Amino acid sequence: MSDFLRKSPSVKIGIGLVLSLLLVAMAASVTMAAPDPTGAATLQKDPNAPVNFIWTLICGFLVIFMMTGFAMVETGFTRAIHANNTMLMNMMIWVFGTLGYFLVGFGLMFGGVGGVYEGLSKALSINIGGHTWNLLGLSGFALGGKAYDVGIFMLFLFQAAFMDTTATIPTGAMAERFKWSAFIVYGFLVGGIIYPIFGNWAWGGGWLSQLNVLGLGAGYKDFAGSGVVHAVGGLTALAGTIIMGPRIGKFVKGKPVAMPGHDLSMGVIGTCILIFCWFGFNAGSTMAATDLRLTVAAVNTMLAGCAGGLTAMLYMMKSTGKPDTSMSCNGVLAGLVAITAPCAYVPAWAAVVIGGIAGVLVCASVWFVENVLKLDDPVGAVSVHGVNGMWGVLSVGLFADGTYGGVKGLLLNGDWGQLGAQVVAILALILLIFPFAFLVLKLIDKTIGLRVSAKEELAGLDMPVHGALCYPEFALSALGTAQTFPEEDSQASRTAVKSAAVSKEA
Amino acid sequence: MIKIEAIFRPSRFEAVKDALAKVGIRGMTVSEVKGCGKQKGAVEHYRGSEYEIVLHPKVKIEIVTLEENMEKIITAIQYAAQTGETGDGKIFIYQLAEAIQVRTGERGKNVI
Repeated sequence: MSDFLRKSPSVKIGIGLVLSLLLVAMAASVTMAAPDPTGAATLQKDPNAPVNFIWTLICGFLVIFMMTGFAMVETGFTRAIHANNTMLMNMMIWVFGTLGYFLVGFGLMFGGVGGVYEGLSKALSINIGGHTWNLLGLSGFALGGKAYDVGIFMLFLFQAAFMDTTATIPTGAMAERFKWSAFIVYGFLVGGIIYPIFGNWAWGGGWLSQLNVLGLGAGYKDFAGSGVVHAVGGLTALAGTIIMGPRIGKFVKGKPVAMPGHDLSMGVIGTCILIFCWFGFNAGSTMAATDLRLTVAAVNTMLAGCAGGLTAMLYMMKSTGKPDTSMSCNGVLAGLVAITAPCAYVPAWAAVVIGGIAGVLVCASVWFVENVLKLDDPVGAVSVHGVNGMWGVLSVGLFADGTYGGVKGLLLNGDWGQLGAQVVAILALILLIFPFAFLVLKLIDKTIGLRVSAKEELAGLDMPVHGALCYPEFALSALGTAQTFPEEDSQASRTAVKSAAVSKEA
Repeated sequence: MIKIEAIFRPSRFEAVKDALAKVGIRGMTVSEVKGCGKQKGAVEHYRGSEYEIVLHPKVKIEIVTLEENMEKIITAIQYAAQTGETGDGKIFIYQLAEAIQVRTGERGKNVI
């Protein structure tokens, strides 16, 4: 408790933030009328509503279960002395993120004109070149007023589950050193403002989805969120790990040191859970059981995941001689991330190609991030979700075969327009979303501080942050692994105020 | 009285235990230990980054016995623990000053 009070400025900031979000939300929702809160009218209008609702909800529940997979992957691939902290972060990000998304995020993402539901139709937009471009939604905050509708609640559940995926990706890249008070604020902000912006542009009727008026294919197409969910999460992870700096001992004289995860079995099971739930993620994104294209989405998801696992495993066998477990897991996930945007638009063989390229990309990217950028991303979040999220976005423009949703790709239909829209989306991710996420995290760093002290980090976060070890009945020995730090490194960290700076120079 | 301390590969533990049982030795203290010696460290990769395994896991057993049993115990352990590769381990013999049974306070040969 005393520790809690000592950190009170940051706690006050957090509470103030939540209260102000709540006020904004309430002010925005009081004036609207309620359309169909019982569901009776929806049912009468559409006899297919029950089966579509059930399909979307069950898939949404599967996506929520991805939390388990992420918690196990991230904790298994990091060290035992931080395991309590890493596990709890993965659950609490759902708590904070969902509340932030409920209060503000959902309204910003889907509250605009051109959104999926006609009830929500207030947008922030600008007029350029005779076209009205939507930038953000401005209704449906806190699910009040016109948002009090069974269809919108279905959409909210599904989308809030997707938001949690975005929010939990950066916790892997920032694992083992994230300050808890900063994490709370980050959790609300990622659900409240970081996730919804690109989400609105892609899915909420925003300007990227309107690119078709310029002749760019069918506008930006991202079926289940390679861009909206994974690239946004991966780029936020990149911003976080740049600002935080590497874990103490990760780089010795500029050379990356392996810090083996403490429970690879947990990492593999977590990956298997993610594979299972990914079918909810991708096939569920039809948001209608009557849209039988869902089988194509499901099969493509399956094939791309397998192809990614295969190429990543082979890549590691070629470069180090052995099939690395955690990189094989990353390869499967990279394939799944990449196929998320194109899963409904491409033929089966293309899914194998997209996944196979993703498996190689993730291995090359992990090497690049560590050896060239000198960044520390313990679980490979930037490479799996950021790099392959953008590859997935691009692959729609390359491999779409024009059989669904009028989405035509370059290779099969000879159409440059869709590829153009996808490239614009990637530029928006890199030039607009990444700097925004960087700014938000930098502000948290300047006000609260993103990172724990060197002392807490070296002790393992379980005790100083939570007061309890994840594994109290095991003596945790770092002997014989790379966890033992060279003397010069631990000497320096004892006197350092900013441990990040230290390990970079060491 | 002597104490025999043997350090060898964990994979040979069951064989050593069985060999000792055959020469009538059923009591021992066992610890999992790590160490380094002539056996060189192995270089492995994790996520593409190299790391060196400096300390190798070993098993250490301690047996307190009478001097007359010494040779057959050494033979049993060496026979069962040997693989012929560097890193098979060591056997150390100590003279023991005294042995005391905690339950009864009894001392000397009868205790072991």
